[in-house]
Amino acid sequence: MALPERRIYRHALPTRLSHWLTALCLVVLIMSGLQIFNAHPSLYWGERSDPERALLRLKAVETTEGETRGITEILGREIDTTGVLGASREGGGELEERGFPSWATLPGPQWLAMGRRWHFFFAWVFVLNGLGFGLWALVRGHLARDLWPTGSDLQGIARSIVDHVRFRHPTGAAASRYNVLQKLSYLGVIFGLAPLIVATGLAMSPALDATVPWLPGLLGGRQSARTVHFVATFAFVGFVAGHLFMVTVTGLWNNTRSIITGWYRIRFKGGMDDTA
Amino acid sequence: MTPRKGLNRRQFAIRGLQLLGASLLAGCDALSQRDWFASMLERAEGLTRTVQKIIVSRRALAREFTDADRSPVFRGNGTINPSEPEYQALASTGFAAYRLEIGGLVERPASFSLTELRSLPSRTQITRHDCVEGWSAIGKWKGVRLATLLERVGVKPAARYVVVHCFDALKEGGDKYYESLDLEDALHEQTILAYDLNDERLPLTNGAPLRLRIERQLGYKAAKYVRRIELVEGFAAIGRGKGGYWEDRGYEWYAGI
Repeated sequence: MALPERRIYRHALPTRLSHWLTALCLVVLIMSGLQIFNAHPSLYWGERSDPERALLRLKAVETTEGETRGITEILGREIDTTGVLGASREGGGELEERGFPSWATLPGPQWLAMGRRWHFFFAWVFVLNGLGFGLWALVRGHLARDLWPTGSDLQGIARSIVDHVRFRHPTGAAASRYNVLQKLSYLGVIFGLAPLIVATGLAMSPALDATVPWLPGLLGGRQSARTVHFVATFAFVGFVAGHLFMVTVTGLWNNTRSIITGWYRIRFKGGMDDTA
Repeated sequence: MTPRKGLNRRQFAIRGLQLLGASLLAGCDALSQRDWFASMLERAEGLTRTVQKIIVSRRALAREFTDADRSPVFRGNGTINPSEPEYQALASTGFAAYRLEIGGLVERPASFSLTELRSLPSRTQITRHDCVEGWSAIGKWKGVRLATLLERVGVKPAARYVVVHCFDALKEGGDKYYESLDLEDALHEQTILAYDLNDERLPLTNGAPLRLRIERQLGYKAAKYVRRIELVEGFAAIGRGKGGYWEDRGYEWYAGI
């Protein structure tokens, strides 16, 4: 017998709009960011970029046989990453020195000026969209009602982790709400990671640094800010991967429909009065 | 048979995604080539400039560092030894015959030898140079404030920009390097024409005999190998009209970020 089900309006229009705008911005910002990174594919700590003190460096070397290899150097250790990092082929051509490969950058060919154009345009969209969503969520109660964890949420963290690990996902009324791990990760991304990425991006601006010298100072310098910008972006990519994984295992179609149309289907295991 | 079918389906999905990704990438690259799209993206530059001009006060100083903070080597980027015969001739005599000309929309066009520039009041600053590529270096610059020179020649009311013309062409026989800044940045306390780097004469690689320092914008604004200065109302008629060598090649005129 089919389980009883009900449709609920799960995501308000501003949430849906902001979600998809963020998704678009992320793709463009990450790819154009890698284009910008490729102009100097090394990371440092502090204010300066002394070549001998790089934390990470993507480079190409030539072997004694005259062969080009792509090398990723992390904290002095070298890893051969030919074809992807350090040296890759653009459009099936010869191996060329290149930080990230052309399929990961926007534009594809090395074109710093255009990468910056894309990056700063979509950075504005990302920031304005984020501010708009944050303000709406605060004023209209979305933040307090749906995102802020309750006391019992927090007490149930351990159980929620175990449930996630065992792929036991809420059904019934509990599925209509975000679970505590969802709440914490969304809050962390919206109010932690995204502002950190924006702040470290701004800390690289020489004009802003003249006004708020403490901004790069907080991190020990502009090159630190650049490194944190890069690492935090990959943390965001990690969140997106986890997000997509959860979306898939908890009902790809139902989740996708709800973030497009707002409507989400809930199944009740023990009948309509199951309010667990 | 079932596993094989599954594999095929997966292969199909992967191919599909690759195809989708590739066409999106191609689409974005095609968009980058379109003038209307590029100029839409360029609007962000105006927004950035407007907002930064509101937030950053005219007088705000770029952070100044200590001697200990300096880079062991101050990297030279772009042109590091101009091949132009005129420049080489000047360099061979230690720039003894060099004269910085200041003209255009000024009351009293003038030219200055290096000795004259050195005898004017100087400013020394240890600042961070931020290249558009992403690297930073810290150096100690000594030079004469551009404001001091502009005061001497008298800026005409119609003048809005200071254009810095350089000796070097990045590619042999190509366009000469130049840059432009508005009067606000030109008169800024830290905007200097530097003749010393790290207590020594400005090396060839860093722009001898004279380079511009404009500390609140990216490195490409800090033109090296300065030859002459021109005050203008607009820069549409200079180079390809965008206000600088790199600006003519798609970089932002306002390089505050």
